[in-house]
Amino acid sequence: MNQTWLTVLRRDLLLALRRRSDIATTLFFFVIVSSLFPLGIGPEPAVLSSIAPGVLWVAALLAGMISLSRLFAADSADGSLEQMLLAPQPLAWLVSAKIFAHWLVCGLPVVLLAPLIGLQYAMPNDALWVLVYSLLLGTPTLSLIGAIGAALTLGVRGSGLLVALLVLPLYIPTLIFGAGAVAASAHGMSAEAHLSLLAAVSLLSLVLAPLATAAALRISVE
Amino acid sequence: MHMNWFKYSSPQTFYPLAGKMIPWFFWAASLLCAVGLYVSFAIAPTDFQQGEAYRIIFVHVPAAWMSMFIYLVMAGWAAMGLALNARLSAMMAQALAPTGAMFTLLALVTGSLWGKPMWGTWWVWDARLTSELILLFLYLGFMALQSSIDDPRRADRAGALLALVGVVNVPIIYFSVKWWNTLHQGSSINMGVAPKMAATMLLGMLLMALAFWMYSVAVALMRVRCIMLERERSSDWVQSLSAKGSK
Repeated sequence: MNQTWLTVLRRDLLLALRRRSDIATTLFFFVIVSSLFPLGIGPEPAVLSSIAPGVLWVAALLAGMISLSRLFAADSADGSLEQMLLAPQPLAWLVSAKIFAHWLVCGLPVVLLAPLIGLQYAMPNDALWVLVYSLLLGTPTLSLIGAIGAALTLGVRGSGLLVALLVLPLYIPTLIFGAGAVAASAHGMSAEAHLSLLAAVSLLSLVLAPLATAAALRISVE
Repeated sequence: MHMNWFKYSSPQTFYPLAGKMIPWFFWAASLLCAVGLYVSFAIAPTDFQQGEAYRIIFVHVPAAWMSMFIYLVMAGWAAMGLALNARLSAMMAQALAPTGAMFTLLALVTGSLWGKPMWGTWWVWDARLTSELILLFLYLGFMALQSSIDDPRRADRAGALLALVGVVNVPIIYFSVKWWNTLHQGSSINMGVAPKMAATMLLGMLLMALAFWMYSVAVALMRVRCIMLERERSSDWVQSLSAKGSK
């Protein structure tokens, strides 16, 4: 069973590596969105450092969301999704490998790039570290919850916009705790409570989201 | 006595039953609404701090209650539809969503109308206001998903799953927004209901809530009748119904 999980993971990573522009698109989207805010708001460092946690988190949220439609679309088009549905291994288990691959491809680069953008926003050093921790804890949730939305809208007309409508309200707790952790540490308070809650949300979605995604895929494909 | 609990779970038998029930619920709604409005506007005393403007809560609070209650009922029907694979349950969930969204919008609008004279602003990022807004987004997502899937069976099941995911998330969203609010804003505005509410005020609110409840049932039944006719248009019972109607 673990072997299958690793195979699915390796396959998805390989597919992503063969189309590197897809990874770059997500990353550039994140960079561009977060660069727009200083242009719209003004270059005062005090203002920028106070909005930085929220802006970076919202940009990470949107970057994770625009890549969701790719999660199952190609597999559904070439029929390999149906093979996964027929596989003897539990579908939720295979789906979790795909979600993990999606996070490695779309979530992790954003986590690694975020402190660089944070520097441009004149964020204090401690807050930069908390930003990395919070994104590391929070972005898997975005991929996990997003997978439910991607599976529900698979092959539906206008699915790109629809997935935003479905998934963004469910992202709100992650956004609040993630941006809250960074803001708390920027104000010199402990970010521990926020990070704990963020981890709790992540663990809950880690348990439930693959099951819900598997159910949604069965509904979509039947 | 043996009773068949599933007798009314088929559209064919439920359609006439719903038709018979609708006028009753409408009468109950209008009666309760008339009494409720009389109690709230003529009997309930003027609030000593807020003046007459507080009377909007007789619409606002019941609407907010209904908006949350309908989401729960909708998710309940959706779960039944998924678990028992019953067509009618999914249709009920679909029929309830617009009414729930309407009450959510009503609660938001009346809330901001109340906020203007009381707080001096139309909108505050208060925990309850914000979570009510997110509830509206959840309703809109449910309706958008259902309407964008052409196959009704898939639309039902996808919508049901989304409603269930939403129900798991509602408490998490509510508490996250609440904590976010207390951390960001301080208690500049205390939205807590007055500790000693006059008994007549409570009565007015309860009567209005019951009226809204009856109205929701009536409207949902009307809508589910339309959905049944639309979905089962090629079946025999709808054909014979329309043949009877055209005579």
